[in-house]
Amino acid sequence: MIARMIEGVPLRGLLLSGVLLATLLAAPFFINDYLLTILIIILYFAYTGQAWNIMMGFAGQLSLGHALYVGLGAYTAAALYVHYGVSPWIGIFAAIPVAMIAGAFIGFLAFRFSVAGVYFAILTIAFAEFARVGFDHFTWVGGSSGFFLPVANYTENDLWNLRGKPIMFYYLILALTVLAFFICNFLLRSRIGYFWLAIREDEEAARALGIDVFRYKMYAVVLSAGLTSLAGVFFAFFYNNLFPEQVFHIARSIELILAPIIGGVGTLFGPILGAFLLTGLSETMHAILHAFGVDIPGAKQVFYGICLLFVVLLMPDGVWPWVARKLGITEKRS
Amino acid sequence: MTTLLSVAGVSKRFRGLVAVDRVSLDVQQGEIFAVIGPNGAGKTTLFNMIAGAFANDEGSIVFDGQRIDGLKSDQICQRGIGRTFQIVKPFLGLNVEENVVVGALLRRHDMKSALARAHDVLRQLDLYDKRAQSASALTLPDRKRLEVARALATDPKLLLLDEVMAGLRPTETNRMVDIFRALNRDTGLTIVLIEHVMRAVMALASRVLVLHHGAQIAQGVPADVVRDPAVIKSYLGAEAVH
Amino acid sequence: MPAEIYLNVAVGGLLTGLVYGLMALGLSVIFGVIRVVNFAHGEMMTIAMYIAVALFSAFKLDPLVMLVPIAAVLFALGYVMQAGLINPFINRPEHSQFMLLVAVALIMVNGLLIIFGPDARNVQTSYSFDSFQIGPLIVDATKVYAGAAAITVAAALFAFFRFSYLGQAIRACADNYTGALVVGLDVKRLYALTFGLGAACVGAAGAILVLIIDVTPPLGPAYTLLAFVIVITGGLGSMPGALLGGILIGMTEAMAGLFFTPSAKSMFAFGILVVVLLFRPQGIMGRKAA
Repeated sequence: MIARMIEGVPLRGLLLSGVLLATLLAAPFFINDYLLTILIIILYFAYTGQAWNIMMGFAGQLSLGHALYVGLGAYTAAALYVHYGVSPWIGIFAAIPVAMIAGAFIGFLAFRFSVAGVYFAILTIAFAEFARVGFDHFTWVGGSSGFFLPVANYTENDLWNLRGKPIMFYYLILALTVLAFFICNFLLRSRIGYFWLAIREDEEAARALGIDVFRYKMYAVVLSAGLTSLAGVFFAFFYNNLFPEQVFHIARSIELILAPIIGGVGTLFGPILGAFLLTGLSETMHAILHAFGVDIPGAKQVFYGICLLFVVLLMPDGVWPWVARKLGITEKRS
Repeated sequence: MTTLLSVAGVSKRFRGLVAVDRVSLDVQQGEIFAVIGPNGAGKTTLFNMIAGAFANDEGSIVFDGQRIDGLKSDQICQRGIGRTFQIVKPFLGLNVEENVVVGALLRRHDMKSALARAHDVLRQLDLYDKRAQSASALTLPDRKRLEVARALATDPKLLLLDEVMAGLRPTETNRMVDIFRALNRDTGLTIVLIEHVMRAVMALASRVLVLHHGAQIAQGVPADVVRDPAVIKSYLGAEAVH
Repeated sequence: MPAEIYLNVAVGGLLTGLVYGLMALGLSVIFGVIRVVNFAHGEMMTIAMYIAVALFSAFKLDPLVMLVPIAAVLFALGYVMQAGLINPFINRPEHSQFMLLVAVALIMVNGLLIIFGPDARNVQTSYSFDSFQIGPLIVDATKVYAGAAAITVAAALFAFFRFSYLGQAIRACADNYTGALVVGLDVKRLYALTFGLGAACVGAAGAILVLIIDVTPPLGPAYTLLAFVIVITGGLGSMPGALLGGILIGMTEAMAGLFFTPSAKSMFAFGILVVVLLFRPQGIMGRKAA
């Protein structure tokens, strides 16, 4: 299994990944809580980007409503915890199916009626917006005034209930990111991965080669939704508060897809690199502005916009393929 | 000899325009069968119906003893019909080998044997040395061969070739003819081809169907068909002199 | 509730819907010709709305009087955007075009936030609280003027595409890109003109809409979504479809606000979108994609 996961990766790539992983594992012992929180945010976006990439990067289906799956995962696990005291580790067995069913529903409607491209993208936005307005009026989980998790014992790390200090959340999201990376790596090198790429490149040709396009697109959306919902569970227990206006907002969906697009759609390291670049740069800028005593709402987003503009103009395939060429470790399948 | 493909009285209309009009044909196991006719005669439409890209309005299509009309194109490929597209559709984001592996994975679930199959096919079509190239970097003749390789990798019993010789130089055409002849001889592969290059048709096909305005105007061995007055009048014209 | 209220709300929704329709018309024209989906559409409209607010608060200039100059400014913005930014992306994949316009939208909406702040701005004209009474029907004067202005601008655009040489050339580009190149049309310039026209539409719609709605920066993304909902409902690329979709969505929102709660109104608009996408993906007036 492990041999299969690293198959085809050049030695230099393995070495660099090892160094990166070791650095990330050791990081909490050298940095303060502020930097640790930033690393958590970076890994959060690396993870969600990886999950989104399965749909867009592998199967070629542009989803602009992934906040839906984050939100469903977050609300499901949080509601079970708050109302029934169910541990999030049990809660994920409800959160994942809920998100998967939502994904399957959207996928079924869209792919059966051959809603594709821009139309599909807008359908995904529509469902996320639908959920946003719906949750605004869903009083069992607080409605528009928000849903809060109790924040009592912050001194002890209670892994079972995910109550504790940033360091616990850090290792949790790091584990998720590593897991997602290996899952994606495995998928991309397997039969399903090849079929997804074929569908992404040309659906009609894929169908002529015997690929049940509908089925494989469904696999992509369901898997992507399920993985994304785990990020939602993490989000809920890390931030301890959920507002439909924020969780399901289109801005969240766009935020989720920036990292993989900046890093490189369809690549394995793209989402990770993109998350580091985006969050790293924006936090740096935030710190600089803060040091000068400037606090302008919107400045960060303008900065995001400008970065994005430069990347799409100058590096349409993302930053990672360029970096990989420089490092001499181009990703290669088979 | 057994009949592998039996098309009986199929028709296809597009908004009232009859593209294919009650065409029938039987292809025997191990045969090379050609469909010829002028542009717009309905050849590709006929192919698309056999391959399941379009549903036929009338008639029936039986392949390997089972009705296949009404099935989707992926199901038809799974039953054993491989096809190429007249306007080639390579997976441009993948390299040559990966393109063919996709086809090979249809009947193989592990990567190793799919890769082995892909390599065999690539060797057969003289693409092995170019296997690491991006499909987008290929020339048109290579893209046509890739199209064939990909379809072949799905292990079809019947291969539908839609104008794979068009745009090739004579030497390349000869090479393709040799490849198909070898495939047919060595593996018993049944081939139905749409072709404009009469030289290739004469060299390969044991029987020919001529379509004109969606209807069949002649069917038989190539030597007879090219002498058929109706065929000469409607289609061959100057080309028949060759 | 007395029956007149339903009628009043319906007519109000219809008039607002006409302005929505004009906004969506811009999106539809751009998509119909250039095949690029303008994901910064609502943001461009909020720019127009803020220009109208700024002109009004500084010089007391009525937005309806300033409609043409504002549309002209947006035309210039659209022309420059297409010629400078979007044109190299014409043959790029959809997600690439999308990211470009999302970047532009992000800069626009947050630029407005930096300049104007998060508070809602509006325009108080002398006729802001007037209303017309026709029998039992009472309609706000602003909505009547808004609806009338929207129809006028839309009619002018229809006439342009129908009768002017330039409009016909643009339609030729939309029908057959290669053909247009072959007969020697300057497609790049025509595309820039088209994007400019689409932007002018949304500019005019913004100048009108500021009469009936307070503007805040987040309105941009919300109206981008609304414009999508409208054009997909009406038929992406169809000009009458955009107007019809606008009216439909405007009235649906108004009625949903009356029967349920105004905060849930966008749910109904999205509900209509989902139904249309599933059962008539080409939209009410759209032609089936080839």
